Amino acid sequence: MKAYAGKILHVDLTSGKSRVENLAEQTVKLYLGGMGLGINLLMDHSKPGRDAFDSENPLIYCTGPLSGTLGLAGNGYSVVSKSPVTGGVGEGQVQGFFGSELKRAGYDAVIIKGKAANLSYLWIDDDNIQICDAQHLKGSSVQNVEQKIRNELGDFYIQVSGIGLSGENLCRFATIISDKYHTISRAGLGAVMGSKNLKAIAVRGTQNVDVADLESFTEFVKNNYQRVKNLETGKYQFSSKSLLELNSLSVLANKNWSSTVFVGAEKFDADYCIGGRYVEKTVGCATCGMNCNRVVAANGVFTDVSLQFDFDCLLSLGFLCGVDCFDAVAKAASLIVTYGMDCISVGAAVAFAMDLYEHGLISLEQTGGVDLRFGNIDAMFDLINKIGKREGWLGNVLAEGVVQAAQTIGGEAVNYACHVKGLELPGYDLRVLKNVALWFSVTFSGDRYLRNKMKMGKFGDVGSSKIEAGVGCVVAHENFLCNVLDSLIVCKSFSGVYTWKDLVDYYLFATGIKFTEEELRQVGERVENLARLFNILEGKGTRVYDDLPYKIKNVHLQVGDQKMVVSDEELQVGLDDYYVACGWTADGIPTSARLKQVGLGALSYISEAAIAAVRAQGED
Amino acid sequence: MAKLHERKFVSADPEKCVGCQICEYACSYGKERAFNPIKSRIRVMRENQINNLAVTCRFCETPSCVAACPRGALSQTINGNIILEKENCTGCGWCIEACDYGAMMLHPETKTVYSCDLCKFRSDGPQCVKWCPEEALTVVTSDVLAQKARLSAIKKLFQTPGETRNQQTKET
Repeated sequence: MKAYAGKILHVDLTSGKSRVENLAEQTVKLYLGGMGLGINLLMDHSKPGRDAFDSENPLIYCTGPLSGTLGLAGNGYSVVSKSPVTGGVGEGQVQGFFGSELKRAGYDAVIIKGKAANLSYLWIDDDNIQICDAQHLKGSSVQNVEQKIRNELGDFYIQVSGIGLSGENLCRFATIISDKYHTISRAGLGAVMGSKNLKAIAVRGTQNVDVADLESFTEFVKNNYQRVKNLETGKYQFSSKSLLELNSLSVLANKNWSSTVFVGAEKFDADYCIGGRYVEKTVGCATCGMNCNRVVAANGVFTDVSLQFDFDCLLSLGFLCGVDCFDAVAKAASLIVTYGMDCISVGAAVAFAMDLYEHGLISLEQTGGVDLRFGNIDAMFDLINKIGKREGWLGNVLAEGVVQAAQTIGGEAVNYACHVKGLELPGYDLRVLKNVALWFSVTFSGDRYLRNKMKMGKFGDVGSSKIEAGVGCVVAHENFLCNVLDSLIVCKSFSGVYTWKDLVDYYLFATGIKFTEEELRQVGERVENLARLFNILEGKGTRVYDDLPYKIKNVHLQVGDQKMVVSDEELQVGLDDYYVACGWTADGIPTSARLKQVGLGALSYISEAAIAAVRAQGED
Repeated sequence: MAKLHERKFVSADPEKCVGCQICEYACSYGKERAFNPIKSRIRVMRENQINNLAVTCRFCETPSCVAACPRGALSQTINGNIILEKENCTGCGWCIEACDYGAMMLHPETKTVYSCDLCKFRSDGPQCVKWCPEEALTVVTSDVLAQKARLSAIKKLFQTPGETRNQQTKET
């Protein structure tokens, strides 16, 4: 089994003990690694109905088959656990340098269970596993923790993946961060880490990573270096032009999904483009020459701003909150990263609060005397600080996520919360991108961060003004492809570069395991079904949960002379189509026959029970 | 003239280097047939995301590593290459301490030191240079480096008025 380390590390934080288990080749062939392997391990190691913050809920780190190699855009890692936000599968992939270090330490996966008595960090030094005291790191940002741990252990090449203050506070927006700014952003996995009293994982690996066919592998990678320099990845390099263009098409949601075109967009024009005056430098992830990480250091109105900036931050903190000042958005994003939170979710939560405030659903008293109008920069900073520290009534309520917050606030608040399966939406207007709306509604983890990026190019072609028959098939296909990319942990900015044939070759040269294109596609389908089954076990996997927020379904968006909305009927048509494409029942439950086809026959008891339960419900 | 261009080494442009580590992987692949940055002759330092630079042997005129070795295991050839006589190396690491660039390293398996040799046994030259996607790495002599510095200095000085104006608008 080349390219894999062949080992799974189990760590029990309660007892402080660890053990190593071999990774079976059979498992690898079924799930590849990364997210697929993670979901498989999650299924094996969790019990239905267990709370995400229960100490026995496993936090699973996985590396991919390409981690630790020269493979282009393959040096990531994946974190999987039960999400405290959606109650279903929570997962995230990130590139950077941590994943390859973990692979060199000799592990394909690390499964962390239990709860440390005091705040601790896990130190993986090849086969030497230690749980070290981290009480002196309490409240520190991950950026500082990384430096402190390196100094403490005396090794600059140590890679750290950890949580900030919000993770310790079990804030639902908490992320896991490595390489200072690379976040496993969605699904609140940082809070799961915090619930285990685990501040960080530090890792240093020294072992070789071998691939099966060194010559072909390097040749393949080299050819692809040439290809990424072409236009195929161009869509990821968002320019100000594409920003304005998307804005004029009403694709970008603003003011909490309430207005059509953002008025101040042109103010971002000159600022957010490559080489703009805020971008200090663009840097790359491990073994990736695309270098798309913009390190932003605002030197204008606000000081102390330094972070890696992304398009989605701009959408959520700028457009959604009605803020048209790049300085302020960068400052806000910087604050959020310092607390270790997710820019997309926090941006959506702040916008949600602003919307409520403007509609009189929360009072000036409840906001702590802050005038929380759209576009009020100081109010945004104030609220971000409060959420990060869980201060004040509003800060504390919002830190539970918009769904919980809407319930606490009561009344009509629930209509203003824009989320899928409990996870806040990123700043795209799904009323305009209807096919994407369908896609969002059926994903097993609410929204999947980098997946949004893919749609910009691909879904434009399908025609987004109507959900019609045939779309389900496209969505299913894209879902399977994403699952494969996430399991190989290939950066999704490269989705336009690699064809199925490329992925087959890539995997073959690295591991020596031969798949056909169809078999590889089936891995994606298997992972989709497995995740669906996990969600069904948790009671979150059926049709009623594949839903869109109230605003998208009921509040009309005036685009030109058209009134755009994703009506419930339209969504149901899409869902039917998607379920047929997946071979699921009309309730969105995988059939036993389809499970057998994708090699999950052993789990068909779950779907049978679910089908029976739905039937019983119908008879009542 | 010929003498001027004798001593070549790999230099990284701090403006271009993004810290992606491809040079490390390419080096360990070329030299050791495995992917492992710890066995690379060129190492990348990434500090605060912004300060990235690959560092390797500079083939100094008076190499401190050679001077430091108490066992005479290290020597320098006429074209600057640092040569190790493996039998005499005990892996004491004094040369590692002496080198100001961290270009000397101890091999985790052979337990002897090694440094960049510009892939002298390969016809296609240093692999790191070949692979660098940013073209940040070049094989240069110190004379060429000085030329480059002079060139960029005078370019700054003789900027056309139009360019200067553009830059000013951008800054304000």
